[in-house]
Parts: sequence; C-alpha cells; structure tokens
Amino acid sequence: MIEVDKVSYAYSSGTVALKEVSLKIQRGEFVAIMGENGAGKTTLIKHLNGLFKPTKGSVTIDDVDTRERSVAELSRKVGLVFQNPDHQLFSETVEEEIAFGLVNFGYDPETVKRRTVWALNLLDLKRYRDSSPFMLSGGERKRVALASVLAWNPEYIVLDEPTIGQDQMQKDRLRELIIQLNTQGRTVIIVSHDIEFVADCAPRVVLMSQGGIIADGPASTILTDYGKVLAASLVRPQITQLFQSLSDLGLSGNIIDLYEAERLLVELIKGDKL
Amino acid sequence: MRAFEGLRFRKVSSPIHRLDPRAKFIGSFIVFSVAVLFTELMPLIALFLLQVPIILAAKVVKQWLESLRGALFLSGMIFVMNLFVGYALLYSAAMSFRFLTLVASFSWFFLTTSPDDLGLALERSRVPYELCFAFTTAVRFVPVLADEAQTIIDAQRSRGLELDRGDILKRIRNYIPILIPLIVNAIRRSLELAEAMESRAFGSEAERTSLHVLEMRTFDYVFIILAVVLLFVALYVRFFIPFQWII
Repeated sequence: MIEVDKVSYAYSSGTVALKEVSLKIQRGEFVAIMGENGAGKTTLIKHLNGLFKPTKGSVTIDDVDTRERSVAELSRKVGLVFQNPDHQLFSETVEEEIAFGLVNFGYDPETVKRRTVWALNLLDLKRYRDSSPFMLSGGERKRVALASVLAWNPEYIVLDEPTIGQDQMQKDRLRELIIQLNTQGRTVIIVSHDIEFVADCAPRVVLMSQGGIIADGPASTILTDYGKVLAASLVRPQITQLFQSLSDLGLSGNIIDLYEAERLLVELIKGDKL
Repeated sequence: MRAFEGLRFRKVSSPIHRLDPRAKFIGSFIVFSVAVLFTELMPLIALFLLQVPIILAAKVVKQWLESLRGALFLSGMIFVMNLFVGYALLYSAAMSFRFLTLVASFSWFFLTTSPDDLGLALERSRVPYELCFAFTTAVRFVPVLADEAQTIIDAQRSRGLELDRGDILKRIRNYIPILIPLIVNAIRRSLELAEAMESRAFGSEAERTSLHVLEMRTFDYVFIILAVVLLFVALYVRFFIPFQWII
C-alpha cells in the first residue's frame, strides 16, 4: 500500500508545490491523478519512488518510509515513467535502452535478455529492437521509455502523461495494456490531462488543484461533477456533457462510458417509438 | 552550483539595474583593473568596500553574498598556496582578497545586467548581430539546461542509476546516461529554435531595428565619471605615493 500522510513539499526556490496532501492507494488499485498545470501532480508522484522526500509529513510504500530507502531500492518496487522520453533515452539500440534498468538492478544476463524480449513484445517494439531510439517517432520513443520501466515488472507502475504524442490507435492499445497490467494485480497510477482517456479507463480519480487534493472517488462520480472538474481546470467528458444537457429527457447525468450511453439512448429512442 | 546563482541575473527595480550596461561594464572593468594594480591589502579592502553601496542600491545583497561564499573556498586556496610558496602573510592575504574583489565586481555586473541588455550593448559596440544573439541565447538557456539536467538525473535514478556508486572510472561512466540526453536535447532544441526564428523572418533584413534602444542618461555619465575618477586616484596612489605609506 502507498500511504501519503499530510505531505507538504517546498522547492528550494521557496515555491510550495504540495500542501498537506494525504492519499492512500491500496495494492491492485488503478488511480488517475488529474488537475491543472502546476497543481502538484508531478511533484506528488516524484515522492512515490523517493526522488523527492517530503518537507513535512511522510510517504510510506508497503510500510517502509521513503526517507529510509534509496531511490534505486524504491524504484524496483515503484516504476516511474517520466512524461518526456527524451529525458531518458541514451542507448545505441532500443534493446540496450530497455535493458538499462535491469542491468542497474543487477539481474543476471539470462533474466535481462528474457525480460527485455518480454517488454519489447508487450509494447509492440520488436521490429525496432536494433534501431537507435533517437531514430524513432515521438510516440515510439514514448513506448520505449515505458517498456524500459515495465521491463523489471515493478509492483507499482506510475505513468506521467502516458497519452501525450500517441495517436488514437496507440492510446487504445495503451489503455488495454494498462487495464491488462491492472487485472494482473499491478497497481497503476497515471497522471493525465486527457479526460476522454481517463473516462474510457474508468479508474479511481484524484483531482488536484493548487497543491492539494480537491476530490477523490470513482471516475463516474468525479468526472461528471461540473464544479469539481472545473475547479481542476478540466472539462467533463463529451458524452457526459451531452447527457447532462439532455437531462430533461430523463437521461442519467453521470455517464462516462460510451457503450452505456449507447444502450441508454437506444432504450430511450425505442421507448418513444413504442 | 549555488555559486553560479550569485551570477544569475534577477529582475529587480533599482537604479543600478537601470544603468546602461556599457556604464556598468566600464565601472566593473575599472574596479577589475584597479584590483590588479595593487598588491597591498589596504587599497584592496578599500576597493572592496567601495562596491558595497552599489550592491545595496541594487538590492541584491543576498545573491551577492552567495557568490562570495562560492568564491571563499578558492580565495582560501590562494591564501594557503601563497603562504606555502613562501610569500609574507600580508601579501598572501592581499592576493586572496584581490580575488574576492574581482569576483565581487563580476558578480554585481552580472546580477544587475540582463542578458538582453548585454546583447544590446554588444550590438551597439558593433559586434555582428548573429554573434550577439548567440551569446544572449546561450546565457538565457543556462537555467533551462540546468532544470533539464535535473529532470534527466531524476529519470535515470528512477531506472536504478546510482551516480555515486563504484570507483572513480565507474562514477565518470555513470554520467553518460545523463550527458547524452542532455546534449541530444540541446541540439534538438537549437534546431527547433533556428526553424522558429526563420519562420519569424530572422535575417531577412541586413539592418535591424531594436524594440528597446539603449541611451546613455545623466546618471550613466555620472557613474562613468565616478569610475574614471576612481581609476585616476588609484593610478596616482600607485605611482606617486611612496610605497611605505601603503600597507
């Protein structure tokens, strides 16, 4: 379990990025952290593998205080994928890039090889195995970065803005992948601005604004709450907007799922005809 | 890294910040030259103290002290080295104090002069515009690169990289995963910057006009005259006052 207890964090410049944030994430959960730019989302997730240590309060991962462990030790458990892949790619080939973490963690060559191939397949990168990561497109580089962390199969997977630069097809694949990892028991935490993507995934949603958490609950409750969503500088998913503006017709106001929306609309239309 | 903070420009509203960069450069350069003229402690202390009013007027005391703190170690080294090779105590102290004075003069110049102003001043001094632009851009991107380096370090540490592990060779190699993304990004950014600038007609006219035009005002001339007076006083003291009168 990840337990963030009354964490405040101030940068050395004096900017306070987090104010008394408390958050509990159980094993196996799927959580999306959303909020405006500068709300403190990235600062919060950098606490989860010990890159940042709280100025006040504490962060514990499976009952271990992050202050008592090195970033390397924590990262083995909490895999953090940064927003911009260009901040980490450096190897000559995609394969070496993915093996980097595994080698750092001291896995034997056999395991490194096996896990690298596994990650290459997982993210559909096998044909780029021997290519230079710098020659790939933005979306592909992003997947290499993702694969390079998933390779050591961390129990907690934290993704900062995973959908940026991905086309719709890759987004769909990414969603399937995340849900697959989650059903296999991995805890997944994503930071995202992409409300349609989050609505499709339907995880637990934590809304942040100005360094604090302003709402926390299931996606269908949080993303359909006009006031709360606005307070985090977001807009409701399109399907929710449509359903809420048609509430006079008796349509439910907390719909975020397209299939459910379709079912309800069909019901409504058929009902009228009969 | 913190010592460099003491050289980074900060936007503050003060009479020193408003001075023409050329006036400031002359002032700073004269302090520099005078410091090099003397090897005695007293004049160097006087020169050092002379800069305090400038710092106070510019409201950058904290940053200035930060830069001096950064220089203190080197200054101490100079003191020890001079003593070590057999110079007198007073002379060694003067040498280390001379270094502090030089750093102090650099520090207030860079703390109060924005890279843009510096570029304009260069341009006015007939340095080709492309060179001025390259210079100001380089200065302006230093903090950006520093931020980026930190993010890259964080990203690689999240993949199990431990910078301070291993013997000296291993530690140097540990920096490869930091340096490559940093350099690749810097090159990529410079190419993008070049394209963005060309899209905005950079280099289309040989003669450029400026949005802000530098003009010397009365206060600038006063500042320069004071600096020149200082220079002459110093030259007079140096060459016409018998040596034993100066400690």
